[in-house]
Parts: sequence; structure tokens; C-alpha cells
Amino acid sequence: MNVFDIIGPVMIGPSSSHTAGAVRLGRVANKLIDSRKLRKVEITLSGSFAQTYKGHGTDRALLAGIMGYHSYSPEIRDALSIARDKGIDFEFIKEDIKGAHPNTARIHYYLEDGGEGEMQGASVGGGNILVNQIDGMKVEFNGENNTILVMHRDKPGVIAAVTQLMHWEYAELNISSFHLSRQRKGGDAIMTIEIDGQPPENLISAIRNIENVSNAILVRRI
Amino acid sequence: MLTYESIGELVREAEKRNVKISELVLADQAEAMEVSPMELYEKMELDFLVMQESVKVGQEENQKSMSGLTGGEGYKMKAYTEQKGGGLCGALLSKAISRALSVAGCNASMGRIVAAPTAGSCGILPGCLVSLWEDRGFDEKDVVMSMFTAGAFGMVIAGRASIAGAQGGCQAECGSAAAMAAAALVELMGGTPAQCADACAIAIVNQLGLVCDPVAGLVEIPCIKRNVSGLMIAFSSADLALAGIEANIPADECLDAMRHVGDVLPDSLKETAKGGLAATPTGQRLQKQVFG
Repeated sequence: MNVFDIIGPVMIGPSSSHTAGAVRLGRVANKLIDSRKLRKVEITLSGSFAQTYKGHGTDRALLAGIMGYHSYSPEIRDALSIARDKGIDFEFIKEDIKGAHPNTARIHYYLEDGGEGEMQGASVGGGNILVNQIDGMKVEFNGENNTILVMHRDKPGVIAAVTQLMHWEYAELNISSFHLSRQRKGGDAIMTIEIDGQPPENLISAIRNIENVSNAILVRRI
Repeated sequence: MLTYESIGELVREAEKRNVKISELVLADQAEAMEVSPMELYEKMELDFLVMQESVKVGQEENQKSMSGLTGGEGYKMKAYTEQKGGGLCGALLSKAISRALSVAGCNASMGRIVAAPTAGSCGILPGCLVSLWEDRGFDEKDVVMSMFTAGAFGMVIAGRASIAGAQGGCQAECGSAAAMAAAALVELMGGTPAQCADACAIAIVNQLGLVCDPVAGLVEIPCIKRNVSGLMIAFSSADLALAGIEANIPADECLDAMRHVGDVLPDSLKETAKGGLAATPTGQRLQKQVFG
């Protein structure tokens, strides 16, 4: 946490947790979708999100974030109609997600190319978020640092290949947190790597070229 | 580097180095974020500009919230202040009240604001700081610097208690904002770091237990008016501390108490719109009016 998490963000109202934090949760999904074309999103709202989402514009905010807008973008107000214009189907579902933080949203997205994916996270106050699940795998990052997510096959040597690349090609890079989660041995796995400072150019594409890595994305510090 | 785990740490470190808390925090944050102090100062200056702009936007005559339940409070209060020579509270306070209302109104109409620490409580800090800058002629640089003090107190509050209404009730939002603003006001007025901590403690004490019970779940009723009580408490707590009246319970212990109170508050009083004012007949009627 830094001083601008408290004095800030500059945002469109009315609620830092229910509007700005919701945009940021949506933006994580946007990064996961990347440049692929979105067909449909199902957004599950839990706890306080489920009770009060309409009043806080949480629905508009999540959708705006998924479409790539920022928490300070005036387009948030019109996100529902912008999504319709873009031909994106959306649905909001109220469900009590057991054991989840009161402001939790789960975003399940369907792509034009037939692909799909899911993420879940919570807005924990003051516009800050905690992402805790991606494609069924447990992750934990808050967007306070630049965070690199590496989707890969759980095979020996993949972690070493990623960290060695970071060490040899980008010596100034320092990892501040590392977490690995996998569905099962040898199955899909995900590395959550938080780094200090700015990520060097081309780092993400270099990681994507590593064998057994299916995708790598950067969730930038806000 | 600072841990931001206690107010006591901020006071001790500032005293040890014989600097203001804001100077201590600016240097520390620049080091932690690996950027120059000037860059951080300029970022904070931009936040202060957005605050001034949100005062203006919210003070317009036709200002209306998205739901239509609220609007125009900042304009009305400003007009009253001008016509009645400051009303009961006097010019400085009543103009500050108008500014707090305006920023909170700007927020409710999905306008652009600085969350400080949250959007629900966004009127308190600008209400205090824009007023000292515009009406008391404080130097802009000192005002912007005092925001680092406010931010540092907020960081401790967020870690030790909470800044989310859904987690700690309104004490975590308007309570935190008032405590942060009180500390900033003391520093601006030339108080000591220890007096900043006293003002923070007194502000927390005055809002301990405040529930989050928004009508229809909207950040409007009672949030907009609670920005005013938060602002008043910030001013009075700062004056108490500057007068040499010490906090009876140290700030850090007040924050621990705030966390405990937040933990035992039922969910119905933590931003779920199920209890308190939201559950009153009028609250229910307004909810129906907005959402059918």
C-alpha cells in the first residue's frame, strides 16, 4: 500500500469499493481477454455487491473495466449501452459465494473464438482489489505491484525457465512475490509473479515464447 | 523505511528527525516507490486540483444525483452562507461545509472525485483543505504537503482498522477521513506531530460506532450529510489538539477499538442497505421509488 491508495484514486463516483474497485476487477478480466473478441460475460455478484450493485453502478463499473475503461473514465456511466453497441451480451447473477469477501465478483467470459475463462476477486476498500481465482486456480495479488501471470503446463523446468529469463535478460528486475497454483499434477498451472518497479519492454512476449507457457499477461500497478 | 503500522511510529520518527510528518512520509514514499520526491509531490498536486474541480462541479445550481434522491446541497449552503454572513457556524466553517457537500454531491452524480480515503467520504479532506487554501490564504505547497500527512494516517488506519464501510461501517469511511483531515489541519496550523496524533485520536473517538446504512444502497443518504459531520469533527478535533488538549486514549489504541467495533457490527449495518436508516419506512419507500 502507498499514500496514493489512500489519497486516491481519482475516480468516477459514487463508491470507491463498489465503483472504482469494480472497474479494476473488470480490468483484470480485460487483461486476461487481451485482444481477443468478447462475446458474452456472466458476472456473479456476492455479498454487498449483490445487495447494492445497481445503486453504486457496480454493474456499469465491472462492465466498463472488462471493456478496458479506467476508474476515471466518464464512459462508466454509459457502460451498459456501450456494451450493447459493441454486441457484447452480459448477465448479472446474484449468488452467495461461500466464504468470500463481502464485495466479491466472479467474471466468466465467452469469446468469439469459442474460448472462455473466469476470474474472481474482491474489492477490499478504497478502490483496492484482491484477485483470488483465475480459471479455477487460486491466485492472490492486489494490483499494488506490477503483476505477471504466467499460464503454463505443470512440467519440470518451466518455473526455472521463466525466472532464469528474468534473471539473465533483465538483471534489474526484482521479484517481490511468487506464487504457484495448479489444477492437478501435469495439468494447467499459473504463476503469480509480483515485481518491483516497471516491467521491461518485451518481457511478456519473451515469457510467452517459453516452452509449455500458454499465455502471459501483465496486470499493471495502478 | 516506515512500516505504517502505528501512528506512534510516525510521531516518533518525525520527532527524531525534527521534521514534519508530511516531509517524513514524502521522503519515505519516494524511496519505497522508487521515484523522486518531486514526482510524488506533483502527483499529489494533481489530486488537489481534482479536489478543487469537484468542489466547483458539485456547487452548480442544477447538480443532481444519478438517482434523483439528492442534489443541490452545496449550492444551497453556499447561497445561505453568502446571504447570512456565514450563518451560525461563521464564514470559514459554513463555506467549508458547502465544499464538503459539493464534492460529495459531485460523487453522487458520477462525477470525478479523489477518493480520500473512499468515495463515500470524499468531501471531508477537500472541504477542509480547499477552505484553508482559498479562505485563509495558506500556501498551496503547504496544503499539498499536508495531504501526505493525511495519507500516512490513512495508511495506518487502513491496516490497523479499516477504510471500507462494508467491513467497518461508516466509522471506517467518514471516521477515517475526519481523522486524516484533523491530522492534516494540525500540521498546517503549525502543530507538532504529537498534536497531529491527538487530533486523529479525538476524531476517531467522536465517530466510533458510526454505522453504514445507505438508503437504497446509494452513496447519498446519509453519506452526503455525514461528510459535513466528519468535516466539523475534523476542525474541532484539530482545534482541541492545537489548544493542548491531549487524547486520553492514544491514537493507535483508538484504531484497535475501531477495528473491534467494526468486527462486532452486524452485517446489516455494514453497507448492505439492510439496517439503520435504509430499513426505516422512508428509507424503504425511497428505495422503491428508485428501483421499483
